[in-house]
Amino acid sequence: MSKIIDFQTDPTTYHHWRVTYDGAVATLFMDVDESAGLFAGYELKLNSYDLGVDIELADIVQRMRFEHPEVKAVILRSGKERVFCAGANIRMLGGASHAHKVNFCKFTNETRNTFEAAGAESGQHYICAVKGACAGGGYELALACDYIILTDDGSTSISLPEVPLLAVLPGTGGLTRVTDKRKVRRDLADVFCATEEGVKGKRAKEWRLVDEVVANSKFEEAIAARARDFADRSTRATAATGIILKPLTRTIAADGSLSYSTIDVAIDRKARRATLTINGPDDDAPATMDEFERQGSQAYLLRLARELDDAILHLRLNELEIGLLVFRTQGDPQRVLAHEALLLDNARHWLANEVLLYWKRVLKRIDLTSRSLVALIEHGSCFAGILAEVLFAVDRSYMMEGDFEGDNRPRASLTLSPANFGPFPMSNALTRLQTRFLGEPVKVEGAHAHLRKPLEASEANELGLITFTFDEVDWDDEVRIFLEERASFSPDAMTGMEANLRFPGPETMETRIFGRLTAWQNWIFQRPNAVGAEGALQRYGTGQRGNFNLQRI
Amino acid sequence: MLDLINVSYDTQIPNNVGLSTDKRVLKALEKWHPGYISWWNDLIPRDFQESLVYLRTAVSVDPKGWTKFDYVKMPEYRWGILLAPQIADRKIPCGEHAGDAAWQDVPGEYRAMLRRLIVIQGDTEPASVEQQRFLGRTAPSLYDMRNLFQVNVEEGRHLWAMVYLLHKYFGADGRDEADDLLRRSSGSQEAPRMLGAFNEETPDWLSFFMFTYFTDRDGKMQLESLAQSGFDPLSRTCRFMLTEEAHHMFVGETGVGRTIEQTCLMMKKAGIDDPFDINRIRALGVIDLPTIQKKLNLHYTLSLDLFGQEVSTNAANAFNAGIKGRYLESKIADDHRLNGDTYKVWNFVDGKMVQQDVPALTAINMRLRDDYTRDAAGGIGRWNKIIEKMGINFAMKLPHEAFNRKIGVFAGKFFDPAGMVVTQPAFEAGIREWLPTKADGDFIQSLMKPCYEAGKFAGWIAPPKVGIDNQAGDFEYVKLHMA
Repeated sequence: MSKIIDFQTDPTTYHHWRVTYDGAVATLFMDVDESAGLFAGYELKLNSYDLGVDIELADIVQRMRFEHPEVKAVILRSGKERVFCAGANIRMLGGASHAHKVNFCKFTNETRNTFEAAGAESGQHYICAVKGACAGGGYELALACDYIILTDDGSTSISLPEVPLLAVLPGTGGLTRVTDKRKVRRDLADVFCATEEGVKGKRAKEWRLVDEVVANSKFEEAIAARARDFADRSTRATAATGIILKPLTRTIAADGSLSYSTIDVAIDRKARRATLTINGPDDDAPATMDEFERQGSQAYLLRLARELDDAILHLRLNELEIGLLVFRTQGDPQRVLAHEALLLDNARHWLANEVLLYWKRVLKRIDLTSRSLVALIEHGSCFAGILAEVLFAVDRSYMMEGDFEGDNRPRASLTLSPANFGPFPMSNALTRLQTRFLGEPVKVEGAHAHLRKPLEASEANELGLITFTFDEVDWDDEVRIFLEERASFSPDAMTGMEANLRFPGPETMETRIFGRLTAWQNWIFQRPNAVGAEGALQRYGTGQRGNFNLQRI
Repeated sequence: MLDLINVSYDTQIPNNVGLSTDKRVLKALEKWHPGYISWWNDLIPRDFQESLVYLRTAVSVDPKGWTKFDYVKMPEYRWGILLAPQIADRKIPCGEHAGDAAWQDVPGEYRAMLRRLIVIQGDTEPASVEQQRFLGRTAPSLYDMRNLFQVNVEEGRHLWAMVYLLHKYFGADGRDEADDLLRRSSGSQEAPRMLGAFNEETPDWLSFFMFTYFTDRDGKMQLESLAQSGFDPLSRTCRFMLTEEAHHMFVGETGVGRTIEQTCLMMKKAGIDDPFDINRIRALGVIDLPTIQKKLNLHYTLSLDLFGQEVSTNAANAFNAGIKGRYLESKIADDHRLNGDTYKVWNFVDGKMVQQDVPALTAINMRLRDDYTRDAAGGIGRWNKIIEKMGINFAMKLPHEAFNRKIGVFAGKFFDPAGMVVTQPAFEAGIREWLPTKADGDFIQSLMKPCYEAGKFAGWIAPPKVGIDNQAGDFEYVKLHMA
């Protein structure tokens, strides 16, 4: 795939979705343009989707939160007559590289999580209205909504046919949400997931697969009523007007290096490394949320979140051989804290809330990035509060200790703030510091005692907040040797090791999706029974069945 | 010993499948029966339910003499379960199991696929009865009314045939599906029939004839390919259904033919030679040939849509599994597996129509559609003979398969009936000449006056050459009960 996958889009260029707004209720129509697939070689028939369709969905969900705060209920439905959604496009999956499949699934999972969380987090509830065949990824879209209404028209069914049809798993949260969210009895879940044609009508409700089954003639009425209920119950403030998410400033150099208004991403292809330098704010924090709203998508912390999000996604999908992401910051830590304080102090303001929630998602996106992550805390850096959270997301952090000759930048420091103690839980529902100190919870309290105080290397080291400190004698070599060594390890082993070490502690539905479900799916995606020349996924559409290796492993 | 040729009447449900000794299925069918009767009773207008209709009833599955004619009230028609005789040592005719012994029970791995095929086929059978429910009121003769009801009761019997398979071979799920076949209803807002074309009302008799000629012919092709199924009970069921289906084609072909004949006759009488002198022709109380051509265009293209996408995974799977074959599979000289074979399919590349070779397995639908088009062309030739004999310069023809399509590669694009790409404005301008307009429909409707006198026919349609069961021209095919 030589073409760059761009995660930036906007409503003027959508191919696959339409949104209508009516006060507190928005309706989101999935109406996939079959000839507008992201790559050649497949048609997106029957409202099936590829990454391009999902990029638009992610954009809609994001804009819904920032540009349409008046919306409290979103009805997700099909724009096509006889089909809701046939799921991920099989030919696309059959033709995609393993890496693309894995990253596609990860991104779609993240998007599902985003609109799933919108109800509880910010009172924007997604309601799914299912009419027409709703299969595989189609039902997974529904599963991520707060409520599923199914028409009882005698033919509409919901199904997860991946296992019987394709010899893969419903990997976009399907298996997990059936048991963990909808709490379908496990034997019935077994029947459901092994039945190609799925379940329709009352049985779907009896089995807890949907929330409501209505007569077809009452379908529209029921959707409208349910949307009103959710809108009425929403905790969201009513008065707000949205801000516009303006296009990002981004340039891509010939060598692949990226430059945003707040981040530079330097690509060193030979070293298999991307260095992300986050630049602290140039300006003082806005004094009030009103001013923040006036700045809109230009406000520093929102702009940075969007740019960081885009950079991570770009690297994930377009730079597969860049195995190391090195995070650096440069700027004034106090100014970073001032910017974030405005949001934290006004966390009940709709926009402050949305920006903080967005940071939660961006940080999770970093957690879930299957590249070795390292942070370098150099002189002049501004790892404070939200940005310090990056230090606890990475696999290792290295900090400069003492003065370096010829370097007159302020001494390397890191600064904790309330941002590190609650608002940004990981997918295991713990904060990054709680996760870090799983065996020594007292150390979280120890760190909390140093709130807002710039911590230099020795102190940060003592508190367990960083991995290593090096002075000017050792710094260059130690960092170089680590980076070179890391780049030499098997990328697969790194992915596996890091994914295990990053998420200690309790399981949640999210960790089960990204851990258990994804890992098994990615294993199956490598196995001949699915992807071999005679595997079910490759043979899908040819009429021939998969020829299976019958050994159980 | 079981008599598998002659129909047994020892249960409420006539059959040749030994129902009286198959308590489980008998019980299921008896439970389903009242729902079916009430469906029928609610459907057909009361007057006709009470009328005595001269119907044929299958009494045997022997091709030489399977039927007997008699007067019967439709609700008392003996809908039965009839399978064609079993062929000894029948083999699976196609796909990866070709050459293995045909299945007498449902193979577990194909349960879902088979059930879906049977449900879709089953769903179309009652649908057409629903679409045609009001036509009795405007029947152009008792002869035609009888033919309508014959078609209706046999479509009802075909529903029974599919329900029997669901009850006998698909357990509780099969019973649920059988119930849903009565729950869905043509054009219903609540639970419409599965295929779009079966949710349109059949508004007039010309539509009925076109429907039986073109749409029932799609049904015939589907039955032909299911008759090739490696699942033997399905094959036997469909083989017998095909013997009945032939009459439906006959009703369609002769119905359109008689309409054409009457138009030509009246034109000649009035000294009109120009078939496009529409107003004068219509003033004669007959349907002008260009309008008949428009109806033909509509029904043919709607029926083509019923074949689905040209390249289809479901069709490929069903063929490879051996549960649905091609038209006349056993007479095709190839390996019946099609691995590596190709078939030409229309595609649209850079704005041009091209024929491309695709794997033959995936083009099963396309092939069946091509067979259908050949099959449908036969009657057109015979209709044109009628016109030619009358010395009128006009010929009916099938429009190009690209014209007016809603499904498949041509959908969403604009073509004229000759298959030339046209702009949307050109299409919209041309459509009045190509497809029936509302005014055309209104005109046809204005002719739809019942003619209930034995031996008499409405002015727009000629009498048949021969009567049903060789009855004389004034035979009273329906003894109307007009309370």
